[in-house]
Amino acid sequence: MSRIAPVLNVLSKVVMLFSATFLLPLTLSWLVADGAQRAYDDAIIVTFVAGALTWLFTRKSQRELQTRDGFLLVLLAWTSLPAFATLPLLIYLPHLSFTDAYFETVSGITTTGATILTGLDALPLSINLWRGLLVWLGGMGLIVLAVAILPLLGVGGMQIYKAETPGPMKDTKLTPRITETAKGLYLVYVGISIACGLSYWAAGMTPFDAVMHTFSTMGLGGFSSHDAGFSYWNSPAIEVVAVVFMLVAGINFSTHFLAWRHRSLAAYRLDPEVRWFLIATLGSAVVIAIYLTVMHVYPSFFQALRFAVFNTVSIATTTGFANTDYNKWPIFAPLCMLLLSSFASCSGSTGGGMKMVRAQLLFRQGRRELTRLVHPAARLPVKLAGQVVPNNVIYAVLAFAFLYVFAIIIMTLLMALSGLEFISAFSAVVASINNTGPGLNQVGPASTYAGLTDFQTWICTIAMLLGRLELLTVLVVFTRAFWRA
Amino acid sequence: MKIIILGAGQVGANLAESLVAENNDITVIDLDTSRLTLLQDRFDLRTVRGHAAHPSVLKQAGAEDADMLVAVTQSDETNLVACRIASTLFNVPTRIARIRSNDFLGLEPGFLAEQFGVDDVISPEQEVTNTLRRLIEHPEALQVLDFADGKVRLIAVRSYHGGPLVGHELQEIKRHMPDLECRIPAIYRRDHGIVPKGITVIEPGDEVFFLARKQDIPSVMRELRRMERRVKKVMIAGGGNIGRRLAAQIERDYDVKVIDHNKKVSNLLAEQLHHTLVLQGDATDEELLEQENIASMDVFCALTNDDEDNIMSALLAKRMGAHRVIALINRSAYVDLVQGGEIDIAISPAQATVGPLLSKIRRGDMVAVHSLRRGAAEVLEVAVHGDAKTSRVVGRRIEEIDLPDGATIAAIIRNNDVIIAHHDTLIEAEDHLIVFALNKRIIPKVEKLLQVGFGFF
Repeated sequence: MSRIAPVLNVLSKVVMLFSATFLLPLTLSWLVADGAQRAYDDAIIVTFVAGALTWLFTRKSQRELQTRDGFLLVLLAWTSLPAFATLPLLIYLPHLSFTDAYFETVSGITTTGATILTGLDALPLSINLWRGLLVWLGGMGLIVLAVAILPLLGVGGMQIYKAETPGPMKDTKLTPRITETAKGLYLVYVGISIACGLSYWAAGMTPFDAVMHTFSTMGLGGFSSHDAGFSYWNSPAIEVVAVVFMLVAGINFSTHFLAWRHRSLAAYRLDPEVRWFLIATLGSAVVIAIYLTVMHVYPSFFQALRFAVFNTVSIATTTGFANTDYNKWPIFAPLCMLLLSSFASCSGSTGGGMKMVRAQLLFRQGRRELTRLVHPAARLPVKLAGQVVPNNVIYAVLAFAFLYVFAIIIMTLLMALSGLEFISAFSAVVASINNTGPGLNQVGPASTYAGLTDFQTWICTIAMLLGRLELLTVLVVFTRAFWRA
Repeated sequence: MKIIILGAGQVGANLAESLVAENNDITVIDLDTSRLTLLQDRFDLRTVRGHAAHPSVLKQAGAEDADMLVAVTQSDETNLVACRIASTLFNVPTRIARIRSNDFLGLEPGFLAEQFGVDDVISPEQEVTNTLRRLIEHPEALQVLDFADGKVRLIAVRSYHGGPLVGHELQEIKRHMPDLECRIPAIYRRDHGIVPKGITVIEPGDEVFFLARKQDIPSVMRELRRMERRVKKVMIAGGGNIGRRLAAQIERDYDVKVIDHNKKVSNLLAEQLHHTLVLQGDATDEELLEQENIASMDVFCALTNDDEDNIMSALLAKRMGAHRVIALINRSAYVDLVQGGEIDIAISPAQATVGPLLSKIRRGDMVAVHSLRRGAAEVLEVAVHGDAKTSRVVGRRIEEIDLPDGATIAAIIRNNDVIIAHHDTLIEAEDHLIVFALNKRIIPKVEKLLQVGFGFF
């Protein structure tokens, strides 16, 4: 208890703060009178009181948090906030089970975007706004988590950019203090969000849809307020806006911050991930477009290009928007997109998966071992942006990759055990752990996760949390050593 | 001239030797008494023991009435401070510093002059690296010199049987390549210099010096010998200052491997070089060389600090099949010993440094001086001023100039353009002449000829 109480104390403050976020959908609900007001009234009260009570009980054990408490805090925050977030859904939709509601909110906060709800167009505007807001807040929390907190704990893709790294990347430590860093990142995040919303609006969305989809795009979530997704508009202009901002959100936000502060694009050139992120994403999109043309899925290359670019960028950045049912494409294309989502997005972005930086390091480590076979005497440091990456970072990345693959295998097996066919099982796990959203077949872009059993839903929920918190952060809490001493 | 040299290391000693030979009053300062004694025994000069940057030591060395101070100690900082003190306290007119660190070399031009009173910077490592790079670019050449920022090059090459021009008169080159301009200022046959004429016949084994535009060089070489295949793979033994610089310069254009025996050094190299394969091991280790496929190397450069190691590893590499081997050799006795034998080229770092310095102490407006054939011959780049009255050169055709025997005007640089010299080329004021001097004895005469007469002032 002495370990957990101080953490709960901090968490209680976060929960109380979180209760304020209900005010936004409440206001909207009140303005448009969509009949969901009561849901937020109760949610605010319950959440605030729960937070206040926890604070009251733990206020005596306040102390400075240690590194180790950080892991616990992160895990508890990412599991308890979605629980409180289910309240409006449970109250407004009484037939919804807690399992499904929790899946939906975890999917939001982890910016996955997999949904269990159908009939989205008929839902009250405020409920849809609430879903979108969760994604946006999740993305915001994530950026700070990834850029400021996880590196302090010594895990996560951004640890490589730690302050000690000398040379051209020194500047990536944006400001000396976490709070200042967070403020700068929030400014960038909010600024880009405003630009995104205005672009959507200009491209022809209603103001509400523009806000909702901005939330969803910036967090790289994928929630939509329409069952049909982006086919609802069937507008190339809107799709272009979406593609651009998905790519922007797939780039490290500290790079955006640096570019903005120096008023120069050099930051993107120096960022070792950006180039490969764009090459992998857009290159695959073009390859898939050619493939679709050759396979006669679409009559013309340009039509194929439109659908290939939108859906590939959407899946690769782990967003999960769709403007067509790509599940009907020959299996190579969707599988390729799904695998791309496991490594394409940059660290410090709102995307999920292994992150480009880890993929690069794994690739270079592989190449190093091959070179070593030919040249046993060679000194072969692994480098990133011209800087040597210490071996312990490489080991951490290797361990991460192993656990990541291992987790996918175990969970796929569990899904298969519970009776799901292979492609659905595998794609559901991969899409969840990468925080992508739609998988294939039964959980494909044209359907939802509603068809899964409770057991399968929980596996997906756990996969989303594991992926979002970058595995190690979660798993360390379940080691015996963590609780000893 | 009264010259103070700071530092009696390899560069300092070689410099002292060259300058004494040209009748200058030399004072050498160093902390190491044994080095100073050695110098004093060998040459006619004065030595002062002490810290090179201390004002009292400089004063003792006669800085107050010195004409020039050359700071060539190992330490950049000492050299810079010494120059600053020499300029502010003693008003020494010319101050030259040796700088090794790229951090200082990379500063904007003028900074060192303004803040530290450095008139000229010399960087031996940089000179040697450039020399090596040019030799790798032209694997057939024995020596390559750049003029006018590399637009024209002077190349020494050994002629072989089978070259179309070998065994023929020189003037035939015009017939073979009518559009190509090329000048052959000297030929060395069995170490004996010849100023060639149109009817001179090139024999196999001649060391031919020719000057041509950069793009024409391969065609000229093809006349004299079979062409080598283009260099692709380079192996460098020794990752010290020179080895590292060379690798960094050429790693994008060639497939480079560097061997260093020191673990720390090789780790550092691997960090700094991004396209080079860094190997930790001994360059005289047969197994390592075998493993790294030494037989496929186009050029092997032995660039450690140790002359003997360099000679041995170069010999070994040659024996094991490396196509061309270059060894860095400091001791001039060794240079004469090995060059032209198994080792294709021996490079002496001292000579590479002395050249640029010589240009500062010569009479006339010397832009650059390059030593050739281990100091026996020289190529001068001289600016000429004045007019037909004050100068014995300006306003005249080349054939009208009374050059001493053994001296040839090879080319003229005018407003950044290069004119390959002909007998009827007219020389204008402010031209830079590239003059080849077959031996050192005639250099004073050349200098005198090119100086402006008293009427100019």
